Amino acid sequence: MKELTYLEAINQAIDEEMARDKGVVVFGEDVGGDKGGVFGATKGLAAKYGDRRVFNTPIAEAEIAGLATGLGLMGHHAIAEFQFADYILPAVNQILSETTRMRYRTGGDWTAPVVFRTPYGAGVRGGLYHSQATDKIFLGQPGLRVVTPSTVYDAKGMLKSAIRSEDPVLFYEHKRLYRMIKAEIPEEEYLVPIDKAHVIREGEDLTVISYGLTLQYVLKSVADLAETEGIDAEVIDLRSLYPLDKETLIKSASKTGKVLLVTEDNLESNVMSEVAATIAESALFDLDAPITRLAAPNTPTVAYAANLEKEFLVSEEKVRQAILDLAQF
Amino acid sequence: MEKLKATGLSKKEIVEAYRMIKLGRVLDERLWQLTRIGKSSFIISGQGSEVGQVAMALPFQHKEDMFLPYYRDMVASMIWGMSTKDILLGSLGKQEDPSSHGRQMPNHYGSVEHNIVSFGSTVTTQYPLATGVAYSAILNEKDYVTLVTTGEGSAAEGDFHEALNFAGIKKLPIVFVVENNEYAISTPVEDEFSGKKLADHALAYHIKGDRIDGRDFAATYLAFKEAADYARSGKGPVLIELMVDRMTAHSSDDDQSIYRSDDELKALRDNDVIPVFEKQLIEEGYLTEKELDDILKEVTDEVNQATDEAEQSPDPDVSELYKHVYAHTEGGR
Ligand SMILES: Cc1ncc(C[n+]2csc(CCOP(=O)(O)OP(=O)(O)O)c2C)c(N)n1
Ligand SMILES: [Mg+2]
Repeated sequence: MKELTYLEAINQAIDEEMARDKGVVVFGEDVGGDKGGVFGATKGLAAKYGDRRVFNTPIAEAEIAGLATGLGLMGHHAIAEFQFADYILPAVNQILSETTRMRYRTGGDWTAPVVFRTPYGAGVRGGLYHSQATDKIFLGQPGLRVVTPSTVYDAKGMLKSAIRSEDPVLFYEHKRLYRMIKAEIPEEEYLVPIDKAHVIREGEDLTVISYGLTLQYVLKSVADLAETEGIDAEVIDLRSLYPLDKETLIKSASKTGKVLLVTEDNLESNVMSEVAATIAESALFDLDAPITRLAAPNTPTVAYAANLEKEFLVSEEKVRQAILDLAQF
Repeated sequence: MEKLKATGLSKKEIVEAYRMIKLGRVLDERLWQLTRIGKSSFIISGQGSEVGQVAMALPFQHKEDMFLPYYRDMVASMIWGMSTKDILLGSLGKQEDPSSHGRQMPNHYGSVEHNIVSFGSTVTTQYPLATGVAYSAILNEKDYVTLVTTGEGSAAEGDFHEALNFAGIKKLPIVFVVENNEYAISTPVEDEFSGKKLADHALAYHIKGDRIDGRDFAATYLAFKEAADYARSGKGPVLIELMVDRMTAHSSDDDQSIYRSDDELKALRDNDVIPVFEKQLIEEGYLTEKELDDILKEVTDEVNQATDEAEQSPDPDVSELYKHVYAHTEGGR
C-alpha cells in the first residue's frame, strides 16, 4: 500500500479507467499536454494515452459540456474538466438542458454518460471566483448525479464508479483537500458506490452530517470531544449531494435524535436544506433537539482578505462548538 | 435555377425526392389540422423549406451519418428514415413516438434507430452536441459525417460560436447548417446579425462556408454533396447558410400577419417553392401534370392511413412518467 494524496487518487482513477476502457476520453482547459490541468489531476495522461484521448479545449465551457455529451451519445465515457467550479456557470444550459434531460426526454433511447469533474471549495484565498461551491445550482435536477468524495479512498473509488456509470455525474473535488489529505489505499482495484452516504463513525449521542473540507473538521472535533467530553457522535459523509441517500440519513437521525448539518456553503438553500427537510419529514418524532445547521453566512461568497475569508468560513472551532452545544441541548 | 440533370440523380431518384417533398407538405398540413381540432396542441412547421431540406439531406449516407435536426426539419428527418406515422405519433404524444415517447412537444425529432439525435427546445444546444458526435468519428477512426442544423436567429447564441471554433481547431467531419428564413419569430434578420451573409461567419473560424438558395433543388443538392464529401475526406467542417422561406406563422401559437405585410405574405404564397419545383419537373421532363396528381393522391392516402394508425396507437401509460430518470430507474438500461 502506497500513501497517496486526494489529487493523486483522482489521477490514478482516471488512469486506470482509461487503461481499462478505450472509450474513455479526457479533456478540458489545460488538461492535455505536459501540464495535465492547473492542479495536475490529469498529469501524465496525454503522454500515456495520446492527444486524441487527452487534449486541451479552448476556453469554452458550453462547448466542453456539449462535446462530452455528444461523445456520450455515441457510447463514449467522456471525462470533462471544468477548471474551477466557478466556471461551470457558462455550461449550465448544456448540462441541464441536454446532458441531464437526454435519457428522460427520449424514454431511454439516447443517453449521455458523462463525468464532469471540477475543483470546488474555499480556504485557498481564492476570493469570489475561485472558491465557490456551485453544486446548489445542480441539485434537484432529476437525471443528474451530483457527488463529491471527501477522503482519498473515496476520491479514487467514487471517480472510477462515476466513469463507469451510465448516468451523467457532476463530480466535485475539494481543491483544498487535493494536497491536504493523504492516505494509504489498496493497490488492488476497488469501487465505491456514488449513491450511498457513508457512516464514517458510529455513535449514539448525536449525528453530524457533512462532506468536503468541513468533514475533516468534523472528524477531528468528534475524535477530540469523544476523548475530552465523552461525546459519542455518529459521523456521516454525504458523498451523494443529489439524489440523497435518504435511508442512511433518516436511520441515523432516528437513532441519535440530534442532528448537526455542516457545510461550507451559504446557510440558506444549500444541500443541507434538503437534508433537514428529509429528516424533519421522516424522523421528527424521534428528534430530541431542533435540527442544527452550521454553514457560511448569507453573503454572496468568499471574500479575499485573510480576515474576511476566515470570518466567512466554517472552521474547526465553529464545528467543535456546534457539536458541544448540540450535545448539551 | 440549376438544371436537375446536373445532380447526377436518376429520374427515379428525382421523382422520389419530389414525392418526399410533397409528402412533407401534405403531412405538415395534416399536423395543422390536428392542432386546430385539438388532437395535437402544437405545430412548428417547415412549409417553404421542403425543397431545401430534401436536397440537403439526400446526399448523406443515412445508415452511417448522424443528423442533429432542429424543429423545422421534418422532411429532412424523414429522408434520414423516420416514417409518416412516426411523425404523427410525435404530434399526438403517443407511447410509440420514436422521438420522445410522448414526452416532448411535437416536431422535436429524434430516432436512435435512424441516427437522428434528439432535439430539445433550447435553440442551438445541438451545435456543441454535434461536435461531440463528430469527434467520435475521429476517435473511432470511422468516416461518418455529422449534419447539424439551426435557424439564422439562433445562430446568435454563444453555442454557435463555441461549436464552430472547436470544429475548426479539430477539423471535425461536420456540416453545420443555418436555415435562413429571415425571421426569428417576429424579429427580422437585420435585428439578428450585422452583415449580409451569415455564411461569412465561416471566415472567422477558417472553415469552408457558403450561402445556398434552398429553393433551388439541384444547387442545394450539389452543395451538400460537396460539403459531405469534403467533411468525409477529413478536410474539416463546412458551414452552409441555406436560404429558405417560412410560409406559415412561426408556430401554431403565432400570428404572422402582425409583423409581415399583406404584400409580403401574398408574394410568399405566389412563390411557394413546391409549385415552382413542380413547374421545373414538368419543364425538364421528369413528371407530367397527371403524374403530379397521382403522387398527390398517393401521399394523401399515405397520410390518411398513417393518421388513422397513429390515432389508434396507445397513449403512454401514466406509469411512464416515472421511468428513465436514471439508468437504474425502471425502464433504464
Ligand atoms: C435558448 C432559447 N431562447 C429562446 C427560445 C424561444 N424561441 C424558439 S424558436 C425562436 C426563434 C428562432 O428563430 P430562428 O433561429 O431564425 O429559427 P426559425 O424558427 O426561424 O426557423 C425563439 C426565440 C428558445 N427555444 N431557446
Ligand atoms: Mg429564422
